[in-house]
Amino acid sequence: MAATTPPGQPTSIPFYRDTRVIAILVQVAFALVAIGTFWFLYSTMMDGLRRANLLPSFAFLRQPAGFPISESPIPYDPSRTYGYAFLVGILNTLRVAGVGIVLATLLGITLGIARLSNNWLLRNIATVYVEIVRNVPLLLQLFFWYAMSQAFPRVQEAISVGGLLFLHNRGVTIAWPHANADVGAWVPWLWAGLLAGVGFYIARRIQFVRRDRPGVALPWALLIAGAIALLGFVVTRLVAGQWPVTLEIPELQRFGFSGGITLTTNFAALLFGLVIYTATFIGEIVRSGIQAVNKGQREAARALGLSNAQTLRLVIFPQALRIIIPPLTSQYLNLTKNSSLAVAIGFPDLFAVAGTTLNQTGQAVPVIMMVMASYLSISLLTSLLMNWYNKRMQLVER
Amino acid sequence: MRRQMLGVLAGALALFLAACGGQQPQAPATQAPAGAATEAPAAVAPTTAPAATAAPAPAGGAAAQPTAGGRLQTIISRGKLICGVNQVLPGFGNVDSAGNFSGFDVDFCKAVAAAIFDDPTRVEYRPLTAQERFTAVQSGEVDVLIRNTTWTLTRDGSVGLDFGPVTFYDGQGMMVRKDSGIDTLEDMEGARICVQTGTTTELNLADNFRQRNLTFEAVVFQEADPTFAAYDSGQCDGFTTDKSGLVSYQTKAANPADHKILDVTMSKEPLAPSVLQGDPQWADAVRWVVLATIQGEEFGITSANIGDFANSEDPNIRRFLGIEGELGQGIGLPNDFAARVIRHVGNYGEIYNRNLGPDTPFNLPRGLNTLYSEGGLLYSPPFR
Repeated sequence: MAATTPPGQPTSIPFYRDTRVIAILVQVAFALVAIGTFWFLYSTMMDGLRRANLLPSFAFLRQPAGFPISESPIPYDPSRTYGYAFLVGILNTLRVAGVGIVLATLLGITLGIARLSNNWLLRNIATVYVEIVRNVPLLLQLFFWYAMSQAFPRVQEAISVGGLLFLHNRGVTIAWPHANADVGAWVPWLWAGLLAGVGFYIARRIQFVRRDRPGVALPWALLIAGAIALLGFVVTRLVAGQWPVTLEIPELQRFGFSGGITLTTNFAALLFGLVIYTATFIGEIVRSGIQAVNKGQREAARALGLSNAQTLRLVIFPQALRIIIPPLTSQYLNLTKNSSLAVAIGFPDLFAVAGTTLNQTGQAVPVIMMVMASYLSISLLTSLLMNWYNKRMQLVER
Repeated sequence: MRRQMLGVLAGALALFLAACGGQQPQAPATQAPAGAATEAPAAVAPTTAPAATAAPAPAGGAAAQPTAGGRLQTIISRGKLICGVNQVLPGFGNVDSAGNFSGFDVDFCKAVAAAIFDDPTRVEYRPLTAQERFTAVQSGEVDVLIRNTTWTLTRDGSVGLDFGPVTFYDGQGMMVRKDSGIDTLEDMEGARICVQTGTTTELNLADNFRQRNLTFEAVVFQEADPTFAAYDSGQCDGFTTDKSGLVSYQTKAANPADHKILDVTMSKEPLAPSVLQGDPQWADAVRWVVLATIQGEEFGITSANIGDFANSEDPNIRRFLGIEGELGQGIGLPNDFAARVIRHVGNYGEIYNRNLGPDTPFNLPRGLNTLYSEGGLLYSPPFR
């Protein structure tokens, strides 16, 4: 009997006033609402699709795609399947995201340090750049870079830079090393150089540890490896009568260049836009990370006699990195996802290829699901790597 | 573009919601219609329990009103037609600076609205890119798609559309620069070609070059205007789309005289209006509105002289104009729907000449798009 129980006895509280029970009930109710909503949407969708005789199926993935893709890191032609075309799209996205992340990080760190520079001009240029670029929509910037690339002359009147690099409105064509028939004779020299370099480096490091004194190892190792490779290069020439690798000079044909490699304007505009935009955010993250390091650290480093650059490299930056990495990860994810704007400037990324597939097959639900799953996997993988790196950088407390 | 992304995603979401207004008993369109009569009511029973009246009318029934819950009924109660069109293809579907739509395809939207409402202005135009258009139909965002769309088996089948009669018989062509020295497709070995994605053109291009053992490099854009702009700026050696489109785009070039259209037809491109499959009554209505424009031309009835036919003795014309008989009822339209179409929009010849004929910048010869009696392909089944 609740009425007779004296107040203050926890056992007397009715269940509907027990916070533990309430918490569980609220969660159950919430889960039911969520499941119900999802079930309603799903069943409505399936009804609609069934009525139009459009039930989702993944069978189309094995059909020939039939559409061309303008650039692909792997051999592609329209007789390949939709599944293969999708793979080309994923690789194109990874290509622009991968290169973009590296370049944006380098530019971003430079910007962040420049923002804190003692040099008035440098500091203000960096500030103006950051404030302008990060406040203009990315899509607009992509169109801007693409339009700029169109200002170059037609391929037939390409601007030649020393006969090795050609600028035109389809992209940049660059002379590129081309392996000749005798390249096989040179490969063992490369391996020998690599082994010698690594061996030397390890030996030197062991020596340093034994003597408990720092020294220079890497430049010497590289020099040894390079010298062996170069020696092999010349020997191959003398033995085979032909250089193992020659520089292929692009030649203007009727419809553009043959030979060399071409970085297309579509790819370049996308990469440029993404890097320049994302670098501003990374720059701000780096700046705030550096400023967050305790002032005493800098003063202590200076008191020890370290130079400005040494202070930054050896004392400030390693500590700042711990603050920088988590928000930096978000920027990497943003860059990857923003690359889906490629479709506006004619670069065949994942989203563009999937859009064409959707349009041709009418399989909206499976295709959209595949696109979402792909971006999700790429993003989760990036996060995973960055979290692992973050953990490695954290202070190990004893 | 971000708008496209939203469009595609919104389309996918709209598929969720598509069934909300749809208590209409419908069996999958590809199944035997006979099955629909027996299966459908059972399938609806749980949702419309007391509504025994919602049972489908027997085939060819005398019901004057469109089937409850069908697309036509939705349009009538909404008070306007939502028509998916092009907005960047002068002559077919174009929007001017004042926001008015005009063109050959747009006129057929007006014709459908005229047939339903006796008012060609009761249309809401939904501009769509080539890539958005099918999702817009699938999700029910537009009632009818009249956007220079080629009728193909895949689109009729697995993409889930139902096509009306062909409004324009077209073929794919190729535009190149006059100074390029290209005269045939064979001259284009290794060329870069600009093409819009989500089109039959994109696929035909690959097929044609493969067939001739030629290599090419495609530059693919999602929207038509950037595709042509890329060609115009010299990024591509060729630009390919339907020939009517090439004629239209040539007028947009920085210097139209610099370009020429190769004398080659790479494919058959029958352009036709389409609706979502699974609603035969609405598909019929659209089909017969288009046919009415063709039959009107065959009878020689124009928007100018339609008044003279009011007292015609010819029973065929009297039936066509709805003066006698109840032709419209069978497809859920008013009996004088053909007269409304002709009065407000005109017959096929008038629509063609207004948008593509000799008095327009395009001056496109009618070619196959003349009546069968004049050697063309336009042929309407009888109105009876």
